[in-house]
Amino acid sequence: MTTIAANPGDMETHADEHHHDDVPPFFQRWFMSTNHKDIGTLYLIFAVVAGIIGGAISGLMRMELAEPGIQYLQGWASMMQGSAATEDQGLHLWNVLITAHGLIMVFFMVMPAMIGGFGNWFVPIMIGAPDMAFPRMNNVSFWLLIPAFVLLLGSTFVPGGTGLGAGTGWTVYAPLSTSGSQGPAVDMAILSLHLAGASSILGAINFITTIFNMRAPGMTINKMPLFVWSVLVTAFLLLLALPVLAAAITMLLTDRNFQTAFFDAAGGGDPVLYQHLFWFFGHPEVYIMILPGFGMVSHIIATFSKKPVFGYLGMAYAMVAIGVVGFIVWAHHMFTVGLSVNLKMYFTAATMVIAVPTGIKIFSWIATMWGGSLSFKTPMMWAIGFIFMFTVGGVTGVVLANGGIDDAMHDTYYVVAHFHYVLSLGAVFSMFAGFYYWFPKMCGRMYNELLGHVHFWIFFIGVNVLFFPMHFLGVQGMPRRYADYPDQFAYWNEIASYGYAIMGIGMLVFFANIGYSLFAGRRAEGNYWGEGATTLEWTLSSPPPFHQFETLPHIK
Amino acid sequence: MTDTAQTSDMQSRNLRVGLITAMIGLGMLGLGYAAVPLYEIFCRVTGFGGTTQVVDAAQAETVQIANADMSVRFDSNVSSALPWDFEPETTTDKISIGARDMAIYIAKNRSDQPITGTATFNVTPVQAGKYFNKVQCFCFTEQTLQPGQMARMPVLYFVDPAILEDPDTRDIKEITLSYTFYPVDPDKKGS
Repeated sequence: MTTIAANPGDMETHADEHHHDDVPPFFQRWFMSTNHKDIGTLYLIFAVVAGIIGGAISGLMRMELAEPGIQYLQGWASMMQGSAATEDQGLHLWNVLITAHGLIMVFFMVMPAMIGGFGNWFVPIMIGAPDMAFPRMNNVSFWLLIPAFVLLLGSTFVPGGTGLGAGTGWTVYAPLSTSGSQGPAVDMAILSLHLAGASSILGAINFITTIFNMRAPGMTINKMPLFVWSVLVTAFLLLLALPVLAAAITMLLTDRNFQTAFFDAAGGGDPVLYQHLFWFFGHPEVYIMILPGFGMVSHIIATFSKKPVFGYLGMAYAMVAIGVVGFIVWAHHMFTVGLSVNLKMYFTAATMVIAVPTGIKIFSWIATMWGGSLSFKTPMMWAIGFIFMFTVGGVTGVVLANGGIDDAMHDTYYVVAHFHYVLSLGAVFSMFAGFYYWFPKMCGRMYNELLGHVHFWIFFIGVNVLFFPMHFLGVQGMPRRYADYPDQFAYWNEIASYGYAIMGIGMLVFFANIGYSLFAGRRAEGNYWGEGATTLEWTLSSPPPFHQFETLPHIK
Repeated sequence: MTDTAQTSDMQSRNLRVGLITAMIGLGMLGLGYAAVPLYEIFCRVTGFGGTTQVVDAAQAETVQIANADMSVRFDSNVSSALPWDFEPETTTDKISIGARDMAIYIAKNRSDQPITGTATFNVTPVQAGKYFNKVQCFCFTEQTLQPGQMARMPVLYFVDPAILEDPDTRDIKEITLSYTFYPVDPDKKGS
């Protein structure tokens, strides 16, 4: 990789480049990597691959849901098992698809991209550190994900109860996941979660240590870039939430295989306990998926407004507040399990409190843009799209936070619309924003601005056509997790499926843009965004030297 | 300080933070498991989820009988894995709050081999759990029925008059007591 020599960047870094050109050979560099930038790149490639698979699965789902009745499932199930499938096996395949879509998107797309990808790439650079605190452990984190993903994909081809694959939903609720799913598929899916969880916990330990110990001189906690703040809070959430999931799914595993009865009523256990444990992890998990996006969007809005972000401290501590409150609202996912009125009141109120720090962030982004010198480059479009989408999802979230309303809305498409607006659209928009913002920094070549805008608009229209009608379907009572629906829901389902097709075209534009940029993109200079971009990555060349900050930068 | 001294100092500081965070992770794993007994204690103490209370006969003697009635319904369920018939003798009963009452369930083993079963239980509305006291119950122990054997299974219970003072429960006019019988799997250990 000699692109560095061809692209000197600014004078400072040029001086110490020559003796750092000793990049390891291919196999060592990519398979035994201890370099945070290379590991970040591996994570990003992994996330793109997983995103294609998870996105294709949702395409299968929208195909089946495009019209009432069961059109394809039985055929697909027959193809997978190599013999004629029964109707029930076809329906089981539906459960397998929703399970795989959820798990892949959460554990193998969003988390690797946000934390493993952008986090690894830019946290050390932004705090002026030469690398992560534990570079070898960083490598272990990444390579744990590969067997985890293989286990999850492999589980689709082994028996899981009614048919092939794990059909438990991403929540893996007992007793469906214990006595309801015979066969090795669910065991494989659980082990996959164990490995992915271990990977994330190691990553979290690494980030916390790096951010606490390896900041450059002068980079105090309250001067850290907001993206670093967001990854720090995320790492703490991972560290506190994931072990609880690990405990819960280990109990599932022993209930399934070693005759324990943690969640088996016959042996004195309680399946509702599993839900409590799962959501004690699950709710912080949704903030794990969105917080790094908050950090990235803050930088992008500031860069393209040519202003520092409005209310820096408020922004940083709003994320801390979201992280803390995120741990005490979990039962709003289980309002219908029979909680007392007082508990429902508490969880309703606590949930709504989260709207306050989130509102601080939304309004601070708007205030950053207010009076700024705005330029609507592609990353800025995605960041504004993010604010729009996340606000829509946040508003429906406040609706769903009401225990009384949730009794009617629970497990309907309204919930599906809500969490896709905040995650599929919120998190994904922020990832695209970050991707366009940093892609030239990472690979040294500019993307195509026109294709970026085309990608944004097609994708934006596509996902809104796809997900907005789900609000209507949910209010009318269409339940989630079914392969079929009454004719009354046909109209908006057909439109949603068109929306998926539009979004898919947008993704083709995205991949065309990546291909174009890698081979024909203009060379990117060190700070290609100009005066608005103020964090440390912009003082380095694009791409940065293999080892940066051999002499630590001083922050005033 | 030399460069190498600085590096090793940094390494030991990193190791310390790394180990502390790893301990936090392990601590949360432990808390995840601790949730199992804690949840059980929490349910038993607070009557959460309609968990009924257990009192001994001497305590039950001291309860004042209130001048109010409560209707009690009896519900029975059997796991599909257990070839038993299991039903209450009467489906409803009207009792004075505070007075002890005996309800009888009738169970019959339809199979041709002896089977041991155990029953789980709760009451609805779930807020009534902490006022629903059992003095004796077949659900306290495992029950074994010989092939074709029929057994009468008693529950001795009363409703605590304090139910009339709790704003969450004083409007309750009817409590449903529900049992579900499961086969006892000799390999399965309770949590």
